[in-house]
Amino acid sequence: MPAGLNRALFTVAGAVIAIILAIAICSVAIVAAGADPLTAFAAFFDFGASARSQSNGIAAFLNRAVPLFIAGLAVAVGFRMNLFNIGVEGQYRLAAICAAYVGSTFTAPKPIQIAVIILVAAAVGGLYALIPAVMKVTRGVNEVIATIMLNYIAISLTSYLVRGPFAGQRAAGELTTTTPDLPESAMFPDLNFVFDWFGMLAPTRGGGVWGFLLVAVVLGLVVWVVLERTRFGFEVKASGLNGPAALASGVNPKTMVIATMVMSGAIAGLIGLPEILGDRGAFNSNFTAGLGFLGIAVALLGRNKPLGIAIAALLFAFLDRAQGALQIADVPPSVITIMQGVIVLLVVVANEVTNRLALRLEERRAARQLGGNSPVEVGA
Amino acid sequence: MSSDTLATARPAVELTGITKRFPGVVANHDIRISVRQGTVHAIVGENGAGKSTLMKILYGMQKPDEGTIKVDGKDVSFRSPSDAIDAGIGMVHQHFMLADNLTVLENIVLGAEPAKGGRLDVAAARKRITELASAHGLRVDPGKLVENLGVGDRQRVEILKVLYRGARILILDEPTAVLVPQEVDELFQNLRELTAEGLTVIFISHKLDEVLDIADEITVIRRGTTVASVDPREVTARQLAELMVGSELPTPETRESTVTDTVMLKVSHLTMEADGHRAVPKDMPVERYIDLLREEGRRLLLDDVSFEIHKGEILGLAGVEGNGQSELIEAIMGIRLSHGGITLGDQDLSGWSTLKRREAGIGYIPEDRHRQGLLLEASLWENRVLGHQTRRPARSGIWINRGAAKADTWRIVRDYDVRTPGVDTLALALSGGNQQKLIVGREMSGEPAFLIAAHPTRGVDVGAQAAIWDHLREARAAGLAVLLISADLDELIGLSDSIRVIYRGRLVAALDPSDITPERLGGYMTGAIAGTEES
Repeated sequence: MPAGLNRALFTVAGAVIAIILAIAICSVAIVAAGADPLTAFAAFFDFGASARSQSNGIAAFLNRAVPLFIAGLAVAVGFRMNLFNIGVEGQYRLAAICAAYVGSTFTAPKPIQIAVIILVAAAVGGLYALIPAVMKVTRGVNEVIATIMLNYIAISLTSYLVRGPFAGQRAAGELTTTTPDLPESAMFPDLNFVFDWFGMLAPTRGGGVWGFLLVAVVLGLVVWVVLERTRFGFEVKASGLNGPAALASGVNPKTMVIATMVMSGAIAGLIGLPEILGDRGAFNSNFTAGLGFLGIAVALLGRNKPLGIAIAALLFAFLDRAQGALQIADVPPSVITIMQGVIVLLVVVANEVTNRLALRLEERRAARQLGGNSPVEVGA
Repeated sequence: MSSDTLATARPAVELTGITKRFPGVVANHDIRISVRQGTVHAIVGENGAGKSTLMKILYGMQKPDEGTIKVDGKDVSFRSPSDAIDAGIGMVHQHFMLADNLTVLENIVLGAEPAKGGRLDVAAARKRITELASAHGLRVDPGKLVENLGVGDRQRVEILKVLYRGARILILDEPTAVLVPQEVDELFQNLRELTAEGLTVIFISHKLDEVLDIADEITVIRRGTTVASVDPREVTARQLAELMVGSELPTPETRESTVTDTVMLKVSHLTMEADGHRAVPKDMPVERYIDLLREEGRRLLLDDVSFEIHKGEILGLAGVEGNGQSELIEAIMGIRLSHGGITLGDQDLSGWSTLKRREAGIGYIPEDRHRQGLLLEASLWENRVLGHQTRRPARSGIWINRGAAKADTWRIVRDYDVRTPGVDTLALALSGGNQQKLIVGREMSGEPAFLIAAHPTRGVDVGAQAAIWDHLREARAAGLAVLLISADLDELIGLSDSIRVIYRGRLVAALDPSDITPERLGGYMTGAIAGTEES
């Protein structure tokens, strides 16, 4: 068995054990909350009684997974070289409002309109992440602290922008403030036709399955190729594994910090777009928050690899979707938060354990395969 | 030869059948050693023969898989070093474990502080330390800061630290590795006094002349097992060496000179401040600026260092660690800023990035391979790419050429005899010697013009050492210019075409390796012999 496959199997086994343990621990929490674990777990798979509500459930699940996946990618790019971009939260919110506003100021053919909005979002996210990167490189400011502080600034700034300079028309009696509506050409086509293939009814709520899913898939592939196959990706990996060795090998740590941080921020900038381009058509005060922080958990769970992040995002979205179903089943929906927390904790522990085991196993294997030169064999 | 002929009492330490299995490194196999009380017992063996593992077992840092340990006739089983300390065993590590910013006294009591009313009882500690020091002839000033001490003093602090904890059996792991010959004499004087007091010393080394000088009895370890127990009065260094190696001895000597007239690397007036780099004022020649720095009384890590290395020449740099060697390497590699000029061939390297310097043909075998040379948790082929990520065969356009990189890693594995199951294996799975051979192979790739070899054979087994020497010699014959930095004076004298001595950031002597002894070299290295430039 190739060494790489061996290590991958270990990872998967660790994650599976962690999730089973998490289910066990959550069962205890559910019983403590006075509910029946079996009903609760049945609720996770209950997508509704009617065909229409099942389609809606699937759409909600996928629509939740897409921004989580992008958030996970954004965080993971930094994690790969031990850069903790905690600022994904602020970067995506600021990027979302700027992109929504810029997109509403002009009308162009659909592909151009959407491309401009995506570029604006990536640019704003990247530039906002450039601030902590420059602070780190020039003044040695820890990026964790800088990005956390910049989150507060970004959150306040978006609240101000949505009320003030970027505010659009508010309909009479409406409570939410919002940016001007995007033209029809900015709306991303949905993927509801896929349901026809399977003979299901198309979802009706929340704009159906957002077409931005395809952009996310492409983004995941691009990130994977960049990190695993290019020279830049190699330098990111080297810097993350051993900074001094990377430095001695001619990798400039300052360039790397700036490039990685900006890349992470640019990806973060796209997190809000599925929702804006798929459903709302504007940035308003009901915009989904907290995705940046969830992205940290998703990246951890996915071990900073695009495929792992995709699985982690789907798992988190699957759990989130069950909120309504749990309430109907009379189980407190906060069980989901407990479950997500427990899974992340256990998976992080499991990752450490399996990582060590895999490394030790590799040492053994190497020693064994060298057979003849095995150190235990001793001359006289 | 056997221990019972001279035994006056039961042995202080007795090891029987100690076996330790370990992947990747030399393990111990059926080790049998008996150490008499009040003697210096030397354990000798090549790097990687298993001495360190044995000592870790004896000091409770590792548990043996089989075998028994007896201390003063009683069976013991150590779970941690504190168990060993309780049994009266103390260890002086090869790399000192002292806190620089604490005083000698604070370092000695650290972890075993005498307290009075919740506060450190300085008076009691001082009294006890002074007693111990005078009883054993270990001069130290308890009030001094450790950062101001020399290497010999630090070692005495380490010994006192161990005695303070009540040790009756001292393990010294390669205690002379960091000392110059004069300091070694002093250490041996101290050790003789300790044994005269009835203490037992276990002395680990691979320097045979020293062992013959100090030991009352010698145990030889080869490939993880004890091969002989000998009386130093009955053996010669040559016989001992043959016991250690088990075959004919490799020598580091280079044969005929291959030095050419072409200057490959020229370093002129290289200077580095200790407190941060400041740009030289405009229109001021570097020499003038260096004078200015000296007038200001600034501490210089590198002080007007100039030398040339020709094609086909190995220039050896001797010096006690910490006298500017690391800074010189970092300045040449472009990792740290410095003043002065560095030219490679006819290219002026000043202002170039590390990457550009590497691309211009500088290879670098770092002094600490785990810190600067390897990505331990990456595969061998990725380690092959490291430092060559912008050059063929590792790169094509923006991509890493995995196929070519793997193929070239196989070439290194074959040509440099790297023992590995494959090129996808993680670097951490290899033994130290094989990791080092991989690094040597990598740095020799892409036809470098100039190679920095810092301690190229440190911590590698004798076979790998001979192979690395051969590779260096071949490359030299092919026209490579090499800057060799080594703490192993035999290696330095044997391989170099000419030697410079660095002391406190200055080159204080230029010597001819054909008529220099390690002792004389040691004199220059400590500043005991004033720097007269001879050649």
